[in-house]
Amino acid sequence: MSRTALGMPGLRPGSGNLFAEEKFPSAARRELGNSQLRRNLKHATSTIRTKRLNVTGELPDWEELRDAGSALKTSVMARLPELLEAFEANVTARGGTVHWARDADEANRIIHELVKAEGVDEVVKVKSMATQEIGMNEYLEEHGIAAYETDLAELIVQLDHDKPSHILVPAIHKNRTEVRDIFLKEMPGVDPHLTDEPRRLAMAARAHLRAKFLTAKVAISGANFGIADSGTLSVVESEGNGRMCLTLPETLITVMGIEKLLPTFSDLEVFLQLLPRSSTGERMNPYTSLWTGVTEGDGPSTFHVILLDNGRTNALADEMGRSALHCIRCSACINVCPVYERTGGHAYGSTYPGPIGAILSPLMTGVEAEENGSLPYASSLCGACYDACPVKINIPDILVHLRGKDVDAHRGGLPSQLDVGLKAASWALSDGRRLGAVEKLLPLGRAAAGKDKKIKKLPGIAAGWTQSRDIPAPPSQSFRDWWAKEHKES
Amino acid sequence: MKIALFATCIVDGMYPRAAQATVAVLERLGHEVVFPKGQACCGQMHVNSGYFKEAVPVVANHVRAFESEDYDVAVAPSGSCVASVKHQHPMVARRAGDAGLEERATAVGKKTYELSELLVDVLGVTDPAGQLGSYFPHTVTYHPSCHGMRLLKLGDRQAGLLRGVEGLELLDLPEADQCCGFGGTFSVKNADVSSAMLADKTANIRSTGASVCAGGDYSCLMHIGGGLSRQESGVATLHLAEILASTEAEPVAVPGPAGQTVKVVVK
Ligand code: SF4
Repeated sequence: MSRTALGMPGLRPGSGNLFAEEKFPSAARRELGNSQLRRNLKHATSTIRTKRLNVTGELPDWEELRDAGSALKTSVMARLPELLEAFEANVTARGGTVHWARDADEANRIIHELVKAEGVDEVVKVKSMATQEIGMNEYLEEHGIAAYETDLAELIVQLDHDKPSHILVPAIHKNRTEVRDIFLKEMPGVDPHLTDEPRRLAMAARAHLRAKFLTAKVAISGANFGIADSGTLSVVESEGNGRMCLTLPETLITVMGIEKLLPTFSDLEVFLQLLPRSSTGERMNPYTSLWTGVTEGDGPSTFHVILLDNGRTNALADEMGRSALHCIRCSACINVCPVYERTGGHAYGSTYPGPIGAILSPLMTGVEAEENGSLPYASSLCGACYDACPVKINIPDILVHLRGKDVDAHRGGLPSQLDVGLKAASWALSDGRRLGAVEKLLPLGRAAAGKDKKIKKLPGIAAGWTQSRDIPAPPSQSFRDWWAKEHKES
Repeated sequence: MKIALFATCIVDGMYPRAAQATVAVLERLGHEVVFPKGQACCGQMHVNSGYFKEAVPVVANHVRAFESEDYDVAVAPSGSCVASVKHQHPMVARRAGDAGLEERATAVGKKTYELSELLVDVLGVTDPAGQLGSYFPHTVTYHPSCHGMRLLKLGDRQAGLLRGVEGLELLDLPEADQCCGFGGTFSVKNADVSSAMLADKTANIRSTGASVCAGGDYSCLMHIGGGLSRQESGVATLHLAEILASTEAEPVAVPGPAGQTVKVVVK
């Protein structure tokens, strides 16, 4: 599903799966109707929240670690060109090949060429957000190449011809009975008596994947970190399936967003503490793979890394928003978000759901792209995401900043009810005397509320309020008037 | 101490009793309360909706109003509005390229406190029953509003004050730290998600069996109270200030679900 194949590179900064195709409120309304989804999400997010709080709470220096992570990422963004060049030089010196991709299309074309050169029509995949973002599987499929997901949850989603709904737990919207049914229907050679016991499900997936690992000649991965001063790449995971892909095939192709760099190897010390504790709620993730170029007789003999922009420099150019690029994709903000918990990930359209998606997608594509302007409003600004973020991205402030960009982008057009209302409110609320004059009308509202002193139905956009809430009858006088009378002022 | 009251627009226009109760509590402690007349609103509805340009005159008005009066500290019965005054006002001025306003807004923000913060940190209230005569013989559960909890880091201040009220039985609210779903214009722009969040909040409140849900922000309480009223739950909402102002001699009546029968006694 490539989005800028119009022969006009640069028309839009980001391409691929970065777009809300429908306004968030209407997509959310549809997802809210799925009560099974809501039960699954509530259960999954609250379990992982508790786990995260346990392992972040036990570290006395957790706040200092967050500050260190934030400071390191800030310095990476400030030095990005220099660090990217150092990274390229070091990867090349160690026998790897570096490619640069401006957008999703360019990345997909490069990957396709590389796979074609190996003469295969099958590749195995390590779970990766970057390849989801560029829509790589779909692109390769259109060109006759099958890309097999090897992460258990990604496999479930792929077998079900569905889309991931969470960056860490892509099948969070499915419970185990639903998973069993998908396996029975879609997994070749599966035991027809398969139960929904998690161990049995994992064994079925394992048998299915083993065959792929042993035959695949090419693997494709993303990267959690790239180390500028050594050219080392790293993937952290839980299952070990990634490790299989990173070591068994002859050729490894890694797609990495340009913001994933860290200056030095020792900086991993900070991030390998922050990431597992924030994401799976573990002290240490089971598998941390690190590789540098190629090593004879050990692992893939051919290694390519594709450095992906796809709107990242657009986000970097936004002074108020650029810290969104500090994100290490831990998903803590998603797991604590009350909006995500109720709508799930599909409502956001883009590969990146939840609070981080609500800022990252419009920052990468521009707030005017498709319906991405509706994403920054998908938050009550409760601030839970900011508290949870291991690199202290102030998501609420960036949401508000992007709302400002969206409002400004629509100035001059036909005013909405909200435009009119807020402009009038600005006039009334910027002067105590004017507000006082408006408050003289309170008894009118009181009369309108009627005998039971409640307003139950309002017109226009305010009907959204009265769909589930009453408004009490206004008081007979404002505080301002009461005060004036008490203090004998006029 | 001379204390300037920032009533906030929603309390001024819809819930004057919370401001009256704030005055009562502060005067009972022997302080002088002034009400800067030019005040109107903190402007966070505009800021949070992305209308930065429209927020500038609102912010400028607030700064002007709270510079025009001579006082030691300012107080508002709202965590959200205080957070806006402290954090958003300088940012709005900066975005508008007005360094002078930014500096003045920062100065006003530094002197502004949320009510429980003022009572506990500055005025040394540790025992509301003893120091204020606070008396409220009802079962109460407490919703900590997000901005007070996360932006101002109020911690246990509000709940601690409630626990010190004579006769009050405080019942733990399950999932207390979850947002009620108000979020200003979020409640109309994303009304369905907001309603789903509210449904969980009201279900948790009702599960406690409390007759009152207390809080420190009338914006959230209007939202929660509006849901409880629509559900005919019989659970009332009250501001922390109203409960602290209630005494044995002149108790605050527990309002009906629509929240209108309360009698507030001042002085
Ligand atoms: S924004 Fe922060 S909390 Fe959210 S996924 Fe990224 S690093 Fe994790």
